[in-house]
Amino acid sequence: MNVLVGLVGSDESVKTLRQTVDRTHDVGDDLTVAVVEKPESKRSQEEMVEQAEELLADADVEAEIVTLEGDPGSALVDYAEQGEFDQLVIGGGTLSPMGKIQLGPITEFVLLNAPTTVKLVR
Amino acid sequence: MAGTRPYPDEPVGPFPSPPTTDEDREGRAIEFVAPDDFEDVIGDVVEMYVQFDPTDRAQGIPPTGEDRIRNWLETIAEESVNVVAYHDDDVIGHAMLVPDTSDPAAIEDKGDIEWELAIFVLQDYQRAGIGTKLLEHLLGHASDIGIERVWLTVERWNNPAIALYERVGFESTGTESFEQEMAILLE
Repeated sequence: MNVLVGLVGSDESVKTLRQTVDRTHDVGDDLTVAVVEKPESKRSQEEMVEQAEELLADADVEAEIVTLEGDPGSALVDYAEQGEFDQLVIGGGTLSPMGKIQLGPITEFVLLNAPTTVKLVR
Repeated sequence: MAGTRPYPDEPVGPFPSPPTTDEDREGRAIEFVAPDDFEDVIGDVVEMYVQFDPTDRAQGIPPTGEDRIRNWLETIAEESVNVVAYHDDDVIGHAMLVPDTSDPAAIEDKGDIEWELAIFVLQDYQRAGIGTKLLEHLLGHASDIGIERVWLTVERWNNPAIALYERVGFESTGTESFEQEMAILLE
């Protein structure tokens, strides 16, 4: 399977990448990592790329890493649409203090607009 | 993420303080109580959530299965503020506030912190006015102990719940996405 994982630079992004890399390693998927631009994120785009490189190297998984400019949701969906991807993987939301699952605007945009199957990682 | 949400300019109140006993629209005597120690009633509350119809879950809570329910309540129990509704000896409604802070032990002034609200009423007791009363008593109790800022999220399409929150004075403060965020400033 040809998998695209989209990352914004949050802790959820790191968890999402980790799980996706493990899965890629186990089943031999083709993986592309897209890092979008979200200025308010915990990690900058460069830091996220560096962390992704490390994670991939540690797991001995080969993947192309791309950086996408512009609105995160639309850049990700657009990139997924241009490529031959079977699945787009993104983080599955955060938990409120109460434990409620909260999905952000990027997730909503991706779910409503992506032509590919979308996987939310929890 | 304390202090990051917008709140209405005008405070709302006063709200009634528990304990109160009131008749619901079905003529049942419902008692609203703020337990001194949530641990004392946690067993009764777990029982209510075990009975709770999972089709009414919202954003993943309450969890299902007694162990997961107990685990969820115990995780938030210590620092949460609770009001429960009893019919006879059974808990049939539960409303709570959970502090939005990474270090609940360090809370000095409850007014400095934002509190997330959630409320659940057992299916057989819905549409009888209990939710509104329970919410009002939770806000009354919150105000009594110095809480000022309360927020919540509700699924955007859940119009009955949004109408209930608006009725007691919550205002919409932003639509992140699937969830509508609402907030109230207490007197």
